[in-house]
Amino acid sequence: MGVRSRMLEWPVYRQLTGKDPLGRGAAAKSRQSAALTTRNATADRVVKSVCPYCAVGCGQNVYVKDEKVVQIEGDPDSPVSRGRLCPKGSATLQLTTGSARERHVLYRPPHATEWQRLGLDEAMDMVADRVVRTRREGWEDEHDGVPVNRTMGIASLGGACLDNEENYLIKKLLTGLGVVQVENQARVCHSSTVAGLGTSFGRGGATTFMQDLQHSDCIVIQGSNFAEAHPVGFQWVMEAKARGARVIHVDPRYTRTSALSDQHVPIRAGTDIAFLGAIINHVLTEGKDFRDYVLAYTNAATIVSEEFADTEDLDGVFSGFDAEERAYDPTTWSYSTGPVQAASGDRATLYTEHLENRGGTEQQESVQEAGGSESHGSGGAVAVPEPERDPTLRHPRCVYQILRRHYARYTPELVEKVCGVPREDFLAVCDALTAGSGRERTSAFVYAVGWTQHTTGSQYIRAASVLQLLLGNIGRPGGGIQALRGHASIQGSSDIPTLFNLLPGYLPMPHAHAHQDLDSFILGSRTEKGYWGDMRKYMVSLLKAYYGDAATAENDFCFGHLPRLTGSHSTYDTVMAQLDGRCKGYFLMGENPAVGSANARLQRLGMAQLDWLVVRDFSLIESATWWKDGPEIESGELRTEDVGTEVFFFPAASHTEKSGSFTNTNRWLQWHAAAVEPEGDARSDLWFMYHLGRRIKERLAGSTDPADRPVLDLAWDYPLEEGPIAEPSAEAVLKEINGRGPDGRLLGAYTQLADDGSTSCGCWIYCGVYADGVNQANRRKPHTEQDWVAAEWAWAWPANRRILYNRASADPDGVPWSERKAYVWWDEETGRWTGHDNADFIPDRAPSYVPPPDASGPDAIRGDDPFVMQADGKGWLYAPAGLMDGPLPTHYEPQDSPFHNALYERQSRSPVRTVKEREGNRYHPSGNEPGAEVYPYVVTTHRLTEHFTAGGMSRWSPYLAELQPEFFCEVSPALAAERGLEHGGWATIVTARNAVEARVMVTERIRPLTVHGRTVHQIGLPFHWGPNGIAPGDAANELTAIAQDPSTHIQEDKALTADIRPGRRPRGADLPRFVAGYRERAGITATTGTEARS
Amino acid sequence: MSEIDIRSLLSGPEPDPATDAGYDRDGHPERVGFFTDTSVCIGCKACEVACKEWNAIPEDGLSLTGMSYDNTGDLGASTWRHVAFIEQSAVTRGPGTTAGAGPETGATAGPGAPATAVPGTAAPGDGGPGAAVPGPDGRTELRWLMSSDVCKHCTHAACLDVCPTGSLFRTEFGTVVVQEDICNGCGYCVPACPYGVIEQRPQDGRAFKCTMCYDRLGEGQEPACAKACPTDSIQFGPLDELRDRARRRVEQLKDAGVADARLYGEDPEDGVGGDGAFFLLLDDPEVYGLPPDPVVTTRDLPRMWAHAGAAALSLLGGVAAAFLTSPAVRRRGGSVTRATRAARPGPGRGIGR
Repeated sequence: MGVRSRMLEWPVYRQLTGKDPLGRGAAAKSRQSAALTTRNATADRVVKSVCPYCAVGCGQNVYVKDEKVVQIEGDPDSPVSRGRLCPKGSATLQLTTGSARERHVLYRPPHATEWQRLGLDEAMDMVADRVVRTRREGWEDEHDGVPVNRTMGIASLGGACLDNEENYLIKKLLTGLGVVQVENQARVCHSSTVAGLGTSFGRGGATTFMQDLQHSDCIVIQGSNFAEAHPVGFQWVMEAKARGARVIHVDPRYTRTSALSDQHVPIRAGTDIAFLGAIINHVLTEGKDFRDYVLAYTNAATIVSEEFADTEDLDGVFSGFDAEERAYDPTTWSYSTGPVQAASGDRATLYTEHLENRGGTEQQESVQEAGGSESHGSGGAVAVPEPERDPTLRHPRCVYQILRRHYARYTPELVEKVCGVPREDFLAVCDALTAGSGRERTSAFVYAVGWTQHTTGSQYIRAASVLQLLLGNIGRPGGGIQALRGHASIQGSSDIPTLFNLLPGYLPMPHAHAHQDLDSFILGSRTEKGYWGDMRKYMVSLLKAYYGDAATAENDFCFGHLPRLTGSHSTYDTVMAQLDGRCKGYFLMGENPAVGSANARLQRLGMAQLDWLVVRDFSLIESATWWKDGPEIESGELRTEDVGTEVFFFPAASHTEKSGSFTNTNRWLQWHAAAVEPEGDARSDLWFMYHLGRRIKERLAGSTDPADRPVLDLAWDYPLEEGPIAEPSAEAVLKEINGRGPDGRLLGAYTQLADDGSTSCGCWIYCGVYADGVNQANRRKPHTEQDWVAAEWAWAWPANRRILYNRASADPDGVPWSERKAYVWWDEETGRWTGHDNADFIPDRAPSYVPPPDASGPDAIRGDDPFVMQADGKGWLYAPAGLMDGPLPTHYEPQDSPFHNALYERQSRSPVRTVKEREGNRYHPSGNEPGAEVYPYVVTTHRLTEHFTAGGMSRWSPYLAELQPEFFCEVSPALAAERGLEHGGWATIVTARNAVEARVMVTERIRPLTVHGRTVHQIGLPFHWGPNGIAPGDAANELTAIAQDPSTHIQEDKALTADIRPGRRPRGADLPRFVAGYRERAGITATTGTEARS
Repeated sequence: MSEIDIRSLLSGPEPDPATDAGYDRDGHPERVGFFTDTSVCIGCKACEVACKEWNAIPEDGLSLTGMSYDNTGDLGASTWRHVAFIEQSAVTRGPGTTAGAGPETGATAGPGAPATAVPGTAAPGDGGPGAAVPGPDGRTELRWLMSSDVCKHCTHAACLDVCPTGSLFRTEFGTVVVQEDICNGCGYCVPACPYGVIEQRPQDGRAFKCTMCYDRLGEGQEPACAKACPTDSIQFGPLDELRDRARRRVEQLKDAGVADARLYGEDPEDGVGGDGAFFLLLDDPEVYGLPPDPVVTTRDLPRMWAHAGAAALSLLGGVAAAFLTSPAVRRRGGSVTRATRAARPGPGRGIGR
């Protein structure tokens, strides 16, 4: 630089000669400022991606410079997010490139006190050896005299944070190995959604997409903290509000969602069915139902068997209850056209018949426990296709009249007494909701795990489904039920399940007793009418995808290779199996049960009994380090040197380092492309499963053992990407999921699948995601260039339909119910359904079509049957089959509750809830039971915007951790006064399971309620913490018990009881003593709270 | 220079600060700013994180403040966006507006009801059933105000006026930016700011604050916080447009019965000549920790120059000494900001550890 230019650039010279006399602007601009540029503008490339946190599925642009990710921000093209990101999404650069990520494989030999480094290949070989060994040791050819073809020695947990393709390989490999204990976060988060929505409508996913909420006239958010847990999705609620919609938040706590709502209704945790049931009663008694819709599209007119008896008749139980077995025989719940036809029995019924021949009841229970309810995730339960109906709705046994009687006692007074909601508040909700529903208006319900995580979780969802059907809000724009999912692909990990009871596309896992061959399997599950009638095509095509050429018609398409269930093998049963020493090997893939699952202490103690544990994650989460520094080490219950578990830690690749698809809460599959190679030993789960499978197959090659045949037959050839790490091609896996025809060409729709083995398809509901040989999940036409449905952005299952059951947006004649709410309609001229979305219907089936009596499958769908996956084509107000705990939602108190059920003298808790009588999992006395006063307060767990689930992706992130650095409890000023709790001080919260300490947040946002005439206090506990990371704290899940919904085995951790006292919790051995002292005071025994019926 | 009235450069109406800062009247871009509509803020803090990620600002504290959900506390050298949380009960606020009411659906606020904040969270015994005085409708509804604060990018920016090094400067966009390559950590700007925004970073010594993503503006991009904001509470754009939009939004809210809605910092006639970053508030500014009537601290600068000159002379010796000490020592130089910040009204009552 010459003297002259230096002179000219001198600020003083510029100030004196330029137009900036005070030297505060142009003259003061420094050379650096003048040369400023941005790292996104100068990036070498921009890679389209999807946020890896919650299931809103915000679009991200990943900027890469010199093969490093230098910036991640919102993708303005995304119709879901419009370029916006929440704090977690905004922190993904730190998540993926920060120093908290482990880059090396770590190994902890048995009894060792420290980690050591291990080479990646060596570690993979060691794991493969252990899988082969443990598989063999836990192998069962038979169980109770029937073939099961499985190993109970190995289990796997995690998948909701992973790609669909990864879930596919996990399930495929483990199923091939005979591992049935395969689970993921969907079990503990939304399994009851699948059962609840599936039995009501025929599919287990949200009926609508978030953007459509903008068209709602009223939005009821209940059981969800929408604004905090899904902030970017909440923009659509704000859009609706700006258009004049009324927004109501029903929740125990006043949250950031409440703050933006028009009305907040504080409710006692665990009483939502009483609240919703009373709205149902209000709608029925005030005649506010959308009668034309209800008559045409629901089973309101259907006559129910005369053997059916209601809870109102039997003091709290439905007919068919067996107190010994703690289970229902659902036969009497069926439609009146006689008991379910033998030819098409529900699995449970079919199996009952099977058992009658064998004379057993234990096995009957095992079939019921096997989680069949979730198999209605895309195919309703079995029922008579054309049942008897009374369109006048006067028949005493028609569903409409049964509903009226069932909910007659659910009055505003009952709501006040049970829920603690003043009647005027309740009636304001009724008024807003009914005013916002009908021909011209639609209302939406939005919920999340505040509804699902209960012993009656599936029935919470059913209650909303009943209400939305009565109001005519399903299948219409602005209506529907949005089940907000909380992990990037938790919808996907249900659809392509890493779940014990399901195969891809909600095909049930075969049961040892009910499904000995393919024919009995199909017979027991398919419906006569609708698309679920084609189940054989879906199953055979899946077997072809799994076993390739080995699957032939002659060998039942290798159906016999599939391992069999003999009851519940849910993640909580796996923990029991670990404690009992039956399950010896455990994979954790992006899940952190040591703090994230109910009864965290038992989770850790179970892991301490393992031979080996594989943890795949970003950082050293609690599930990886409990042997070294977990709470039981501190309390002396475990000694590191005594723990024989071998622990392998594999660093995981992030979403920016691998390609794949996430399925968001809209049911949209969105592709994210790898931006860079993972560093160090970090690898994708696709890589891990593929290379593990390859190694295992090598080890078993040449084996003549029949138990190894399924492994050897497993189709496991995937092309590898170019590059140094031999990453399998995720697109190749997606193609296998999509399916191929006889000529090897990629299929376009599941209607092309065949049952003769000529087609293969890894997940029938995803068939079409690779239509025309194009990765449809990778479509990214900007939202500004299409309407709000955004049909050309990504791909939705099924068949790219965005609002499910949208045939119902038109009247029976195919004409929109109103112009304002037009969505799809029948075009007489073209003879096709048309509109804003793909019709969720047979495209050319006229509204007037009546099928011939002998039609079956899709051919049997009438032109006015909008629920094409249902056995009778109707939305189910009353569920004659499909759920284990009754055809209608009924209010029961939570497992641990301060109150006795106001409705039934003899039945406080759900009679068929699942309890685990085990040391360490004791329940509380409730209601009037002596000792209940020892745990007098209601606890509910919740999320915060700033953290993610069990903290694995937020407590290590400085930008997130600093926003919510400590575990706290929210209490009302009155409770603080009652217990001497000081704002900002410490409190100890204790249950029969454990005790935790939390900083005290005294806030009026928590309001004491008057329930049963007395004051009850509620305590809010965010569940994100654990001892590791940069913002440590106790885990709320230390307090929760394992008590489950019988249909889906989801745990109840949204409503429990506890005591709270000032000060920090005891340390060391004093802690278990302290907790035991409470149990003694409450008189708790092994059987406390475990009764089926009192 | 003679034709320019120095006084108008330091206070009073100033329609075009960029031109008066030496940028070509026809060539410089429109003045841009932030309009933060707190009535739709969901308190998610995406703005805080997006800002930190983009600007690579360090984490600055992992302790619970006890001020509702605000663990950030304040704007500062390492916090350029700060979301305040104010929990209010109807006991002090009068009958209930629903916070953030939509344009068509808001409830009516009580006329003339004194709007007093309950700072942070309530103390034990403050409320509970029976303790609260119900409003005329028999309810004791509470309200949770959330507001994302930021540097105001004042039309008359005292921080800039007092900066002796030219580190703080007015950009062609009309914004106010600290140039890290120029700042020597003298700290004059810190007490000059009428809002208590700018601060020196410990261990570094230099002053930092929001740049309105000056680098991004240069590339035609919007600032990181505005881009991330999930509900468009933070809006970025030409200041004139934002002011129009904001006035319409206030009218809309008032029509819907949200009588408390008002703009803050939007008026070009105010003590700082109007803010480049202004707000729609639902209560008095003090409630949010904002000064009610900020005045540019250099308004009386000409008179103060005399004093400053004398002071400068007497400090010459000290300055010379400062130059002789090592840069490391200089950078460790403590910040006066903590005291300054403690003195100004905060959004809540903190807790000790």
